[in-house]
Amino acid sequence: MKHVLVRHEQAATHAADGYARASGKPGAVLVTSGPGVTNAVTGIATAYMDSIPMVIISGQVPTPLIGNDAFQEVDSVGITRPCVKHNFLVKDITKLAETIKKAFYIATTGRPGPVLVDIPKDVTIAKAEYHYPKKIKLRSYNPTVKGHAGQIRKAVDLILSAKRPMIYTGGGVILSEGSSELIELTQLLGYPITNTLMGLGAYPATDKQFVGMLGMHGTYESNMAMHHCDVLIAIGARFDDRVTGKIDRFCPEARIVHVDIDPSSISKNVRVDIPIVGSVPHVLRSMINVIRDEKLRPDSEALARWWRQIDEWRAIKSLSYRNSDTVIKPQSVVQTLYDVTEGNAIITSDVGQHQMWAAQYYHFDRPRQWINSGGLGTMGFGLPAAMGAKFAFPDQDVACITGDGSIQMMTQELATMKQYQTPVKIINLNNGYLGMVRQWQEFFYQKRYSMTYFEALPDFVKLAEAYGHVGMRIEKPGDVEGALREAFAQKDRTVFLDFITDQSENVFPMIPAGGSQNEMLLAERDEMVSPHDEGMVLL
Amino acid sequence: MNNNKERHLISILLENEAGALSRVANLFSARGYNIESLTVAPTDDETLSRLTLVTYGNEQIVEQIVKQLNKLIDVVKLIDLSETDAIERELMLVKTKASGELRAEMKRLADIFGGHVLDVTDSTYTIELTGTGSKLDNFLRAIDKEAILEVVRSGATGIALGQKALHA
Repeated sequence: MKHVLVRHEQAATHAADGYARASGKPGAVLVTSGPGVTNAVTGIATAYMDSIPMVIISGQVPTPLIGNDAFQEVDSVGITRPCVKHNFLVKDITKLAETIKKAFYIATTGRPGPVLVDIPKDVTIAKAEYHYPKKIKLRSYNPTVKGHAGQIRKAVDLILSAKRPMIYTGGGVILSEGSSELIELTQLLGYPITNTLMGLGAYPATDKQFVGMLGMHGTYESNMAMHHCDVLIAIGARFDDRVTGKIDRFCPEARIVHVDIDPSSISKNVRVDIPIVGSVPHVLRSMINVIRDEKLRPDSEALARWWRQIDEWRAIKSLSYRNSDTVIKPQSVVQTLYDVTEGNAIITSDVGQHQMWAAQYYHFDRPRQWINSGGLGTMGFGLPAAMGAKFAFPDQDVACITGDGSIQMMTQELATMKQYQTPVKIINLNNGYLGMVRQWQEFFYQKRYSMTYFEALPDFVKLAEAYGHVGMRIEKPGDVEGALREAFAQKDRTVFLDFITDQSENVFPMIPAGGSQNEMLLAERDEMVSPHDEGMVLL
Repeated sequence: MNNNKERHLISILLENEAGALSRVANLFSARGYNIESLTVAPTDDETLSRLTLVTYGNEQIVEQIVKQLNKLIDVVKLIDLSETDAIERELMLVKTKASGELRAEMKRLADIFGGHVLDVTDSTYTIELTGTGSKLDNFLRAIDKEAILEVVRSGATGIALGQKALHA
């Protein structure tokens, strides 16, 4: 077993998480008791929100000392309970092997998630005969994999009756390895498809049926198509508030089919018409079979009209921005990165404006290529996640798109990356601000900027060099491509590219929080308006 | 959708493991669900506890509560007894003043409600009553508020009528 000694327990969980997201295999983490566990909690919660399979083994004080406020004691099972799929405290060595088996089984099946196993010190030194069970059965846990045939039949009828259909898919497609079934079904139907932030890559972004990401910073065409569709096919997505906007105006004309392995995801935020509980590839395969066997066809005339409408929305080019030859536009860095890596790199990101630009301008054509903290929105995630992805795929280019705010939360891991030779390209979109918060202060708080400007940033070039890596500072638009090419040519080096970008650039398009999907603001075109009162609550 | 808040009596077979109860309680506080009463005890099967809780919510909330409870690994089976013919019972112990005129009045009311006087002093009665939550509420309303010294309620529990039985 290869162990990687990280420099901080939060990084351990993010790295294991990045490994799991890139490879599809569960990540494993080992931390000590007390502060080891509390440091890991952020990473555990990150994995939990995005349903990432992970097993965390934590040390605990000896059994007789539990509850005595012993040195480095914390109630690990209690403190992690709200952010794990399940957890265990093993007090008896003879139960250890079975518990570890259960932990991996629970973490990787059904809707995946992190599982913590807390092991007291005396149990770690106790002896027992080793029996690792081949199979495990839990009477209270038996996720539904196959969809209900009757529901699938009803769903197919509704899907084919659509005049203005829309396919909306999320991270569940990637977690369940359902991408090829999704592509087959989507192309069989000829319907438009959008992916959530977590679902990018499940359907090739460069395909003409893909209308871009949806939601708060999604494309105009995807959000308009959502708003106007008459049948919505939701697959492995959870109707998150950043997707739906104002909930009572979400897809007002649509009847909704929802496929998800977790029954509690269905009708949680939005009432659906045809729920199907099951694993995405199984359910989609069944749908494809019904359509093929019965030679069913969508309404091609209605569909052609619908595509004409979507193409009109598309023609607005909602992702266009005004480029500059004096100051580096962050969007152009991501676009150039896409060109230089030929769209093939594994991209991780941190959280903020750069994350949205990465999602918008790097077109992901395959699942597990895009790794970000979508649910919890954890700054500091990107760098250790990139390291984890590099461990999973040492021969692939891995880039971490980050910002000057996020990267400073995890720079100690540059040492780990040196020690284990995991060369990653760090794309720092440095605008000197916590940019997303600055953007909201500009739009919604009358430009009263506060606590978002960094008056003291480190010299990132020297920082990279201090850890034995290559550092580059790029200030001119004309130098962007050359710097990226030079960085990626250094296959076995971690290169920190510090791009000094436009400080005032904003992420567009944008649906202000609490707005509905047809109330988008576009760059250059719209004056920012104050959001509804109920939207302000979400800010 | 029915948006009226309704009372639901949910009965759960729970793994008899350390922390199982707090997983259920934690779920209610973390997701902001109401919990009116909760009672838990071992069953004839030593690996299982039976937990019964009373909650309020509209149709959508109660549907989510049931789904989220089912998602807990320690929840083996559950039944919403409000959706089926069921008996609900709760135990209440009430200590009341019982001197002067009150003494006969208290005894008479306890008899009407099918209660038993378990303990008698010069000036107090301790009365035991079982029934549905609303019957116990009615008793408390029927007696003089000033006369109540202490009220202890077990929380509601229940079982489905007929041949239907909840087991692992």
